[in-house]
Amino acid sequence: MAQSFPEDVLEHVFSFLNYDKDRNAVSLVCKSWYEIERLCRRRIFIGNCYAVSPEIVIRRFPDVRAVELKGKPHFADFNLVPEGWGGYVYPWIVSLARAYPWLEEIKLKRMVVTDESLELISKSFKNFKVLVLLSCEGFTTDGLASIAANCRNLRELDLGESEVEDLSGHWLSHFPDNCTSLVSLNISCLGSEVSFCALERLVARCPNLKTLRLNRAVPLEKLPNLLCRAPQLVELGTGVYSAEIQSDIFSNLAEAFLGCKQLKGLSGFWDVVPAYLPAMYSVCSRITSLNLSYATAQNPELVHFVSQCSNLQRLWVLDYIEDAGLEALAASCKDLHELRVFPSDPFDAEANVSLTEQGLVAVSEGCPKLQSVLYFCRQMSNAALVAIARSRPNMIRFRLCIIEPRAPDYLTLEPLDTGFGAIVENCKELRRLSMSGLLTDRVFEYIGTHAKKLEMLSIAFAGDSDLGLHHVLSGCESLRKLEIRDCPFGDKALLANATKLETMRSLWMSSCSVSFGACKLLGQKMPRLNVEVINERGPPDSGPESCPVEKLYVYRTIAGPRVDMPGFVWTMDEQVSSSLSRVTERRGD
Amino acid sequence: MNLKATELRLGLPGTDESQKEYSSFVKSNKRSSEGMDSSCNEEECATAPKAQVVGWPPVRSYRKNVLQQQQKKSDSDVSGMYVKVSMDGAPYLRKIDIKVYKNYPDLLMALENMFKCSMGVYSEREGYNGSEYAPTYEDKDGDWMLVGDVPWDMFVTSCKRLRIMKGSEAKGLGCQ
Repeated sequence: MAQSFPEDVLEHVFSFLNYDKDRNAVSLVCKSWYEIERLCRRRIFIGNCYAVSPEIVIRRFPDVRAVELKGKPHFADFNLVPEGWGGYVYPWIVSLARAYPWLEEIKLKRMVVTDESLELISKSFKNFKVLVLLSCEGFTTDGLASIAANCRNLRELDLGESEVEDLSGHWLSHFPDNCTSLVSLNISCLGSEVSFCALERLVARCPNLKTLRLNRAVPLEKLPNLLCRAPQLVELGTGVYSAEIQSDIFSNLAEAFLGCKQLKGLSGFWDVVPAYLPAMYSVCSRITSLNLSYATAQNPELVHFVSQCSNLQRLWVLDYIEDAGLEALAASCKDLHELRVFPSDPFDAEANVSLTEQGLVAVSEGCPKLQSVLYFCRQMSNAALVAIARSRPNMIRFRLCIIEPRAPDYLTLEPLDTGFGAIVENCKELRRLSMSGLLTDRVFEYIGTHAKKLEMLSIAFAGDSDLGLHHVLSGCESLRKLEIRDCPFGDKALLANATKLETMRSLWMSSCSVSFGACKLLGQKMPRLNVEVINERGPPDSGPESCPVEKLYVYRTIAGPRVDMPGFVWTMDEQVSSSLSRVTERRGD
Repeated sequence: MNLKATELRLGLPGTDESQKEYSSFVKSNKRSSEGMDSSCNEEECATAPKAQVVGWPPVRSYRKNVLQQQQKKSDSDVSGMYVKVSMDGAPYLRKIDIKVYKNYPDLLMALENMFKCSMGVYSEREGYNGSEYAPTYEDKDGDWMLVGDVPWDMFVTSCKRLRIMKGSEAKGLGCQ
């Protein structure tokens, strides 16, 4: 049957398959399909840069045009992964430069990117079009200058929320005068002022520019100059949204926004002066995505602005919106898909705003399409969670952070097991869950029983025993990523479910009760897992085997143990375990 | 003029009241590092800063930094201008609203009362020479200046924080 279609027909059919899952499935049908597919796969996604080596990728897929790589584990975002852990992109760039001269796109997340890497990218790929660096670090504006200067057909430069050493804003002036290809530019994370003239000219000569996210240093008074030159913008990130209150600044701004008929997304708003929010009223009804999470505006100006955006689908906002604001949101934005509420003062023990579980309940009940939630608050109840679960069985991502660790249901003082249990039981399509508050092993039993589509789970300060971990590992069939901190989970559950770990991308456990001995055993038992112990206080074998390790990162890999580990990371494999014990033996002499 | 009647009683380092506050500061700190006491005595916890757990709450550093930068700015724009006041040798800082005062003598008197110290009288040539302590402040450019050199209104808009220095250390500032 496979023989009856000529290769080029199959290749043509495969060209309609864009999802990795589909391409992977197709490549398993038979050897000839595997061969045809691998020759025509153009986009590669590698969720863990250490799961595979560049050589293996290149050997299998000889003609790739787009590569996406992720490096550090998610908890690196919260400073749980020590500096120098890894995630270096340079070796990848070297190999990719040799193998794929026609590479067009590189997207990186949580990786260490050096100026050397950026320079190599800019000089190796003649048709380079897209560079996306999300939450990356290690480069300076000099690296950006190379990209600007050498990538003739650059379409997209997105610096995400990366940590860039900002030497000067001069790099932007390196875009040659004949560069007119930009479609998307995001420099919002940069501190230095870029030459406004250069920016203005760049924007003016790129007729296809759809996304422009400015950095804070771009003054509000100058924003109209850019908007007038780019009325076709679909997404705008403002610079600082503050200026002396002057009517001419306001009217220029309002007029400029009036001209932006395609605008659908807004972000930026640093140092927002609420008096200038009405300048955007003309675009509000078309706005589908609004990121006010850096805007320290308060009610009533804040909620008044948000309520104007009746077609809003995605809202990121600070808790200054308060319960009252969320109730107004629920009444006016019926198309809302995603809500993220961030804490304005995360380290204050007392609430500085009137934002409670009520706000989330109101939005869940009022917005029928709500499927993605990230919510920081200071109190929660089982009743509220049950109400949310019942209103929104279509929930896909639910991340709740109650600021005080182990906080119980504030009404009954009970654990929040029932509430989260209701979430996993009712929301059958749930793919991502982050929990907080007081939780016992019971909640994990509910999760193991019901959360069959759950792919990513984040747990902190929860559970009573290994049974909790065991429920999750044995019950969650679709689990890919599990990250745990400060939970009393230990060796038993981990070793009993060792084979499960090979079906997942990764497992992170920090400040738990996993012993060094168990880590060694896991490493020995499972050769296709890298079991990495992170101990900053000293080698794990300097104490007894029963001593818990500080942090554990386990991931499946076909590349073997990595070779770029810093001094505080040990891989538990047969060689390392025995060399460690040799050292201990010598010490015992 | 007897100002005791109008004196703000806020608990100062070295007095009985402050001893109570200081020990509750220590106690609350210990509690929060042990992790879990949500039924904490309001009185005891009100003044103490929470011991911070690494990476909790899970807010990205990028976001934390941006908000901190903005909050510093807005602290000075909004009416009611609270600045931190430290005194060399004191275990913790205080905060005062400098917009409450009309002029330098008012501010100095309040500081002397708050910290139970003497700063003497300002002179353009000698600064606070001869006093046990001298008031200094950090201005918008990040420089440490002697309180009193610039007109009061300019001081109010440019002062970011105050530090009461030991007289011996402040000598250098006075001589400029």
